[in-house]
Amino acid sequence: MATETIAVRTPARGAGHDLRAIKVVLHREMLRFVNDRTRMLSMLLQPVLWLFVMGTGLGSLVQGSIPGVDFRTFMYPGMISMTVIMTGMFSAGSIVWDREFGFLREMLVAPVSRGAIVVGKCLGGALVATGQGVIILAMAGLVGIPYSPALMLTLLAEMFLAAFTITAFGVLLAARMKNMQTFFGLMQMAIMPMVFLSGAMFPLANLPSWLHFLTVINPMTYAVDPMRQAVFSHLDVPAQVNAVLNPGVQWFGYQVPVPLELGLVAVLGGVLLMFAVAQFRRAE
Amino acid sequence: MPDQTAVTVRRLSKSYGKVEAVKGVDFEVAPGEVFGFLGPNGAGKTTTISMLCTLVNPTGGSATVAGYDVVRQRDDVRRNIGLVFQDPTLDGYLSAEQNLRFHAELYGVPKSVVGDRIRQVMEMVALWDRKDAKVMTFSGGMKRRLEIARGLLHSPRVLFLDEPTVGLDPQTRSAIWGYINQLRRMEDITIFMTTHYMEEAEYCDRIAIIDHGEIVVIDSPEALKASVGKDRVQIQTGDDARAIEALRERFGLDAAVHEGAVTFAVASGEEFVPRLFAELGMPITSVSVSRPSLDDVFMSYTGSTIRDAEAGDDTMAWMRTMARR
Repeated sequence: MATETIAVRTPARGAGHDLRAIKVVLHREMLRFVNDRTRMLSMLLQPVLWLFVMGTGLGSLVQGSIPGVDFRTFMYPGMISMTVIMTGMFSAGSIVWDREFGFLREMLVAPVSRGAIVVGKCLGGALVATGQGVIILAMAGLVGIPYSPALMLTLLAEMFLAAFTITAFGVLLAARMKNMQTFFGLMQMAIMPMVFLSGAMFPLANLPSWLHFLTVINPMTYAVDPMRQAVFSHLDVPAQVNAVLNPGVQWFGYQVPVPLELGLVAVLGGVLLMFAVAQFRRAE
Repeated sequence: MPDQTAVTVRRLSKSYGKVEAVKGVDFEVAPGEVFGFLGPNGAGKTTTISMLCTLVNPTGGSATVAGYDVVRQRDDVRRNIGLVFQDPTLDGYLSAEQNLRFHAELYGVPKSVVGDRIRQVMEMVALWDRKDAKVMTFSGGMKRRLEIARGLLHSPRVLFLDEPTVGLDPQTRSAIWGYINQLRRMEDITIFMTTHYMEEAEYCDRIAIIDHGEIVVIDSPEALKASVGKDRVQIQTGDDARAIEALRERFGLDAAVHEGAVTFAVASGEEFVPRLFAELGMPITSVSVSRPSLDDVFMSYTGSTIRDAEAGDDTMAWMRTMARR
């Protein structure tokens, strides 16, 4: 080879460099996702089963008590959340995979802040999860929800927020984990109660007080409720049915407003992110 | 850069609990040098290299790489070094080029040169025509070549190669040495490598022999071989124990069984062989005489061949695993 060697001068660490690192970690997350069709399909299958099989079955049972509303319409926001949660957690879990296969080391020896890597990972997970959620959004018409642009945009934003927080949670879990089995075991253990207690499957109105308490301390409740409120605000539902299916969240009789709910999810996401970064700094 | 050396190590040590993996080593590597770290598995090579690469914090002493302190100026060190580990650290689901692009972004390689530089390093390791293939379809040798290309992408001043040829077939091994030699001509780079292949250590400008966490000797391969001064004689006999005893009684030679043959060192081996046959007093089925190799150097400084040393060192192998995490 007769060509002149291209000498590269790498810059000292700076905001611009960290931004590039965030972007490339995010980009890789996308590439990985797009290349993995099986994963995309399997992540979709479960919510679709819940929505159209369970939803239809249960719907025929409860039809009488909620006149004018398809039970699947009720379940719809819950299924969006479930999809987003599973996808986000899965993205986070790839950190464990990367550790097992050595690629994490390539990232951790780079002259770039741990924060940039973790933020890139969380944003990547959140975007992938939102992308997955878009497919569920596309099915809105099948369960009687109008394709109103305002509703779609609201749901997208709420999805992204929920996905970011759950990915940050997953990354925190994955920070020290050495093998995939442990991670998935733990993930199952965390997700099941979070989904069950979030109002994704059944309405949170008129629950026994112990169950009500659990749903109120479950962070996912505050991710599911804003989506349901957004959906129901675009439907024409009788007031008493709305009260049953879309009761909102109450703290000792105080109706928690949607902005506060979203704020809680965002703050939680930020805190989890900070802990995750700290874990990676310490692991060094 | 205030420092005139590529690597300076002072009393560097690392303990894992009570086990001392590296016991206060000292050495310097000059810019442009190919410096080899030679020793059996578990001797402390990987631990030392990990400390120099800022992956493991030393428990004592200090080290600078490219003029930067490995503990206090970690990022500066990282920007100036390239790393090729024993175990692959590629993303198999990405293409070869995507893996390099990822690296370029992570290291902040200026956008204007990324494309050209990627092409250059990939051409060097003859992988440019496979740039779009997913890395999981690559053979072990191709992966290692790609990792070398990646390690060079950001023009590091020091390239660390931890056992770059371990587990590869002879053809790939010699190809990799071809790249390393080409590198020395093309780039202004210092190469620091570990190996436990004696033949490969000969390619280095200087070698440090490390055993049980300590540097036994540092010199050029030629000087090391000259320092041994004796030829190595290996004989096959019907009764090794008796042969060893006879060698001691009749010739005053210290022999031992290595690699299945009675082995000893003696000045001017060829002239000694006729005497051996005449005076040993027992039949010899075969004999071989060899000029001192680095293996003999290793043996004369540590008292065992590298393979023998590896056989009995489970604890150290375990520590190495610990160090690599």
